[in-house]
Amino acid sequence: MKEIYELTYEEAFEELEQIVRRLEEEAHSLETALQLYERGQALAAHCRRLLEQAELKVQQISEGALRPFDEAGGGGRV
Amino acid sequence: MSRQPSLFAPLIWSVSDLTRYLRILLEDDPALQDVWVRGEISNLSRPVSGHVYFTIKDQGASLRCVMWRSDAARLRLPLQDGLAVEAHGTISIYEPAGQYQLYVDAIRPQGEGALYQEFLRLKQRLEAEGLFDEARKRPLPLLPRRIGVVTSPSGAALRDVLNTLRRRLPLVEVVLAPSSVQGDEAVPELVAALEALNCYLKPDVILLARGGGSMEDLWAFNDERVVRAVAASEAPVISGVGHQTDFTLVDFAADVRAPTPTAAAELATPLTLEDLLANVGGLEERLGLAMEGLLERRKRDLQELEAGLRFASPIHRLQREQQRLDERARRLLAAVAQGLEREALQLKGLERRLQALSPLAVLSRGYGILSDLQTGEPIVHVRQVVPGMHFVVRLADGRFEAWAGDKKEEFFDEGDL
Repeated sequence: MKEIYELTYEEAFEELEQIVRRLEEEAHSLETALQLYERGQALAAHCRRLLEQAELKVQQISEGALRPFDEAGGGGRV
Repeated sequence: MSRQPSLFAPLIWSVSDLTRYLRILLEDDPALQDVWVRGEISNLSRPVSGHVYFTIKDQGASLRCVMWRSDAARLRLPLQDGLAVEAHGTISIYEPAGQYQLYVDAIRPQGEGALYQEFLRLKQRLEAEGLFDEARKRPLPLLPRRIGVVTSPSGAALRDVLNTLRRRLPLVEVVLAPSSVQGDEAVPELVAALEALNCYLKPDVILLARGGGSMEDLWAFNDERVVRAVAASEAPVISGVGHQTDFTLVDFAADVRAPTPTAAAELATPLTLEDLLANVGGLEERLGLAMEGLLERRKRDLQELEAGLRFASPIHRLQREQQRLDERARRLLAAVAQGLEREALQLKGLERRLQALSPLAVLSRGYGILSDLQTGEPIVHVRQVVPGMHFVVRLADGRFEAWAGDKKEEFFDEGDL
């Protein structure tokens, strides 16, 4: 299993969804259930953190490469 | 030679009648009631009433024009003296001034009419080719990760798009493919931008954005090459070109048409940050409930097992055995006690019977036992007695000594005793 902090929002959310479904639908040993629950909680916290800390990333294609886009330097209206 | 007017004509017009006659003449001519006139604006005047007065002219003539406030309010292009325009309206006469004029209801820049014809021709051709078919439209992703934006890097459209995306879903990654959006460079740059995004960056959706402008300004978005590039795009395209009322061919070729760049950015992000947070919250709640339910079931199972265990445990069996033992002991004791009682009763019966046989018992019925005082021998026959003999009488409650008097022998049957 990947470390949670390495997961993208989509990956974390999908795994969280899976865990919830498994906990809801399958029988587990107490130990497995607790492990699932703990991972689910960590995934939810990770998702929340990613959402709350998200900052729009803007890049532009420039001479065949991607460079950060400087919004402030955008200039006047066309 | 000019002809002399007759001084005695049958009818002499009043100015009003003649002017009204001319007005009706003009208003009855359908060609003059739906007319486009080309010329240059001059003498523009906008009094506080909101109506607009101007003249349009060319080298040879000029035409007075008036545009009522309600029509003027719908003007898309700012009027100014010297502007070459095409004006649409009806010809009539303003009777107080005796002046014919064009009552304008629409104005467009000169040349746009021809452009519009071209627009319609191209639209028809591409439509017939199936380029605008509904079946070609692809659904937009619910949660895009990478959004390609094709627009001018310095335009207000880009600012609107970025602000909207930042407000709704700052989670996305924006890749700007900069391009001119008007002028000679616009068409090849727009095509190249779309291709670069599709080939190398694989965005989940592409926004094609530009602020409002005249039909001429927006012309690149009606160019066949651009329209075809949009239709061929691998990623679904949202067009947000111009204002609400502007339509370009790109709008028809795009998968979704948005009225403005801001609206395009909104359509590209059907789910906002708030929606996602709510989704995570919902899952978190379900996670908690699932775990709670699971623990609850476990607890119940455990309680049942515990109850079973208590029943089956050696302690419990020992207790039960102990109880049985106690029970037996109790019954045994009871039996013993009962036995003893029976014995006691029997003993009493025997005792009674023994007593009945005892000589003492006979004594209690009033008999006495005599015995020789000297020898202690019982005296049972009169012949043993000598008058004056000293003997002992034993009764039930004691004894006394006595002396024998005269004797007389008598014989009794055994049964008389």
